[in-house]
Amino acid sequence: MMKLATFRIGGVHPPENKLSANEPIIRLPLPKQLVIPLSQNLGAAPKPVVKKGDEVKKGQLIARGEAFISANLHAPASGKIAKIDDAVDSSGYRRMAIFLDVTDDEWMEGIDSTDELIHQNLPSSEVIRERIKEAGIVGMGGAAFPTHVKMMIPEEKKAEVLLINGVECEPYLTSDHRLMLEKTQEIILGIRILMKAIDVKRALIGVENNKPDAINRLQQFCNADNGIEVHALKVKYPQGGEKQLIKALLGREVPSGKLPIEVGCVVSNVGTAFAVYEAVQKNRPLIERVVTVTGKKLTKPSNFLVRIGTPMSALIEAAGGMPVDTGKIVNGGPMMGKALPTTDIPITKGSSGVLLVDQSESRRSTPNTCIRCARCVTVCPMGLEPYLLARISKLSLVERAEKERIMDCIECGSCQYTCPSALPLLDYIRLGKQRTASYLRNRK
Amino acid sequence: MNKLVISGSPHIHDHDSVSKIMYTVVLAMIPAMLASFWFFGFDSLRVMLVAVISALLMEWATQKFLLKGPLTINDGSAVVSGILLAFNLPAGIPSWMVVAGAFVMIGVAKMTFGGLGKNPFNPALVGRVFMLISFPVEMTKWPVPRPLFATRLADAITGPTALGLFKEGVDAGQSAQTMLHASQMPTEIARFFGEMGGSLGEVSAIAILLGGAYMVYKKVIDWQLPLSILLTAFLFSGLFYLINPAVYAPPMFHLLTGGLILGAVFMATDMVTSPMTIKGKVVFGVGIGLLTVTIRLWGSYPEGISFAILIMNAFTPLINKAFKPKRFGSDVLKTAKI
Repeated sequence: MMKLATFRIGGVHPPENKLSANEPIIRLPLPKQLVIPLSQNLGAAPKPVVKKGDEVKKGQLIARGEAFISANLHAPASGKIAKIDDAVDSSGYRRMAIFLDVTDDEWMEGIDSTDELIHQNLPSSEVIRERIKEAGIVGMGGAAFPTHVKMMIPEEKKAEVLLINGVECEPYLTSDHRLMLEKTQEIILGIRILMKAIDVKRALIGVENNKPDAINRLQQFCNADNGIEVHALKVKYPQGGEKQLIKALLGREVPSGKLPIEVGCVVSNVGTAFAVYEAVQKNRPLIERVVTVTGKKLTKPSNFLVRIGTPMSALIEAAGGMPVDTGKIVNGGPMMGKALPTTDIPITKGSSGVLLVDQSESRRSTPNTCIRCARCVTVCPMGLEPYLLARISKLSLVERAEKERIMDCIECGSCQYTCPSALPLLDYIRLGKQRTASYLRNRK
Repeated sequence: MNKLVISGSPHIHDHDSVSKIMYTVVLAMIPAMLASFWFFGFDSLRVMLVAVISALLMEWATQKFLLKGPLTINDGSAVVSGILLAFNLPAGIPSWMVVAGAFVMIGVAKMTFGGLGKNPFNPALVGRVFMLISFPVEMTKWPVPRPLFATRLADAITGPTALGLFKEGVDAGQSAQTMLHASQMPTEIARFFGEMGGSLGEVSAIAILLGGAYMVYKKVIDWQLPLSILLTAFLFSGLFYLINPAVYAPPMFHLLTGGLILGAVFMATDMVTSPMTIKGKVVFGVGIGLLTVTIRLWGSYPEGISFAILIMNAFTPLINKAFKPKRFGSDVLKTAKI
C-alpha cells in the first residue's frame, strides 16, 4: 500500500471515538424560540436591521456585516422579533443576540426551496463572491472567518490551488464526515464554485483515512475535467489545522505569521463548500448547519441538521437526554473545543459539535513537576518548545516569547494532551500569547 | 445536575504519567537485575535493596523535614535512581557505603536543586562518583562472577574488570594482543552475556539492550541517543586501534566491557539531564562517546563513562539553547510538488 501523506513535524493520535459516524443526518424540529447571537464570525459583529416586534420571513436579512471583516445574519425561521438583548453565547460571555419567536418555516420569496441539484449556470466570479457575502457564509470548521474575505486575493498574490478540508481530525466529531457522505454532489459543486471564485484550475480534498467511505464517495465525482482530486491522509491530529493540511497535501510550509495565499493556497472546509453551493445555486443564506452531539454515556450520539440559534439543550434532549454523571459540556471537539457553563447556549455558525464528557474524565489530574521528557517538544506541530513557552509566559517575558515564536502556536493542545506531568501548558501559553499580542500592538 | 467543570482545552489526556514512565524504566531494568543476580548471587540483591530503600528514605526525610512540601516518593523516581546506583556498584560493596552513596545521590544531587526535574546532573552518577572517590578500594574490588548453579568456590574471590586488566597490562609494557588473550580475560561470548567482573548492572550487554529496546518501544527513550554514544565510541576507539593495534584495544572490546552500554542505555538517557531535541541528543551522545574513549585511553581511570556523562550533563542547557527544534515554516523555500 502507498504510504499515506501527512504533515511532517509533531502530532498526536488520540482515541478517535467517532461514536456517531454511522448516524445519518437528522433534521432537528424547530424550537419555539431561536436566540441568534450577533457575533458568530471572526471580526466585527454585524449590526441589526430589525427591531423588536418586526415580522421576519425565513432567510430574511436581520443583521448586516458593515465592517470589512464581518458577516451577514439571516432569520433561521419565520416569526416575530421578541427582543434584542444580551444572552450567554458559546464564548461564555453575555453578548447581544436577536430573540426570534418562531411561527412557521416558510422561506421568503426568491429562494429555491427544492432539493433539486443545480449543475448548470455557474455565475461569474464577481457574482459568486457577492452571493457568498450576502449569504453570510463563514468558515464552518470552527474559526468562523468570513468566507468572502478569504476569497479576495491580494493584487500581488496568485492562488494556484484550492484545498478542501475534510480531515475532521478532532476525536468524536462526525458532522463533516456525514456531510461528505450525504451531500457529496453539492460539496463537489460548491468546490467548483469556489474554484471559479478564486480562478484556479485545481482543487485537492484532504480526508483522513479513517473515513474510507467518504473518500470513495467523493472519488466518484472527481475527474480530470473538473480538476478535483481526493487525497487520503494518515490519521494524525492536528491535520485539520490549515498549515498542517497544506503541508500534508502540497509539502509547502506557510511562513510564520503569513496566510496560506503566501504559498498559493486557499483553504476551505467541506461544510463551507456545501454552504457556498446552497448560497450560490439555491440563493439560500447560511441559517443551519450539521452538528454532532456525542459523548460516551449518551444514549444516541447523533448528527443533527440544526437551525442557527437552537439551544444546545434541545440537541442533547434529541440525542437521548443528558447523562446523569455529565461533568463537562464542550462546544466543539475534545482537543480544541470550549467548556460551557450551561446548556442554554445557542448553536452558531461555527459550532461543529456538542460533547458531553463524563465526570470521571472532566477533571484534570494534579500537575506534577516538569521532568523535561521533551514529549511536548516532540508533538508540537509547529516545531515550538511548549515547556519553554509556558515558563516564559508564566514570567511575562513577552520579548523572549516573541523570539521563541509564541505567536506561531495554533493552540491545538497536543502538548498538554501528552504531558505526563499533566501540566497546564496551553493555559500558560494562551496567556502568554495574549500578553505578547498586546505588547506587539503597543509597539507598533 | 452536577456542577459543570470549566477548563481550557484540551479536554482529554493520554493518561501517561511520571510514575508510569518511572515504572516502565524499572520494568526495563529487570533483565539486567536478573543477570546481576545470576552472576553475583544474593549480594546483588542486598546492594539493590539497600540502595533503593535508602534512596526512598532520604527523599522522604528531605521532603518531610527540610522542604516541608508534598511527599512524592510514590512517583518512582527514587526507585529508579536507587536501582541505577546499585547497577554502578560492585557486588561486594559494604552496605553502609551504599547507604552513604544513596544519601549523596538523593540529598545532594537531587533534592538540593529542588527535587525531580530540577537536578542538572544525573543523581545516580553523582552518587557513584562520590563513592569512587571516597571508597576507592572497595569500589574497585570486583567479585568474580559465579553463575547461580555453578559449583561454589570459596567466598570473596575478587579480580579485575576486563578494562582494568587490559589497562594495567598495557601500562606495564605488555602488548595489547597478549592482554586480550590473557587467561583472566573474559571471552567475547562471556562479555556479551556478562560473565565477567564488573558493576552489578553493567556486565550483561544483552540484558541491558533488551531493557533498552523495551524503553524505545514504550517511547520512554529515543534510540538516537544510545546509538550515537555507542557508534561514536566504536568509531573513535576503532580509529586508534587501526593506528596502533599493539597498544589500543579493538572497538568491540570497548563496547562490551565496562559500563559503556549501561551508561548509554540507562544513564545518559535520563530525561531530566539530557537535551530536549533529537539533534541535541545526538550532539550530547557524540560528546559522551568521545569523552568516554578519551578517558579510557589516556586517563588514569580505566573507565570513563560516568565522568563523560556528568561532563556532558553540564552542557545540556547550552545544547538546548543551540539546538532548537526545526520551526514550522522554515522549509518554505524548498520546491514542493503541485
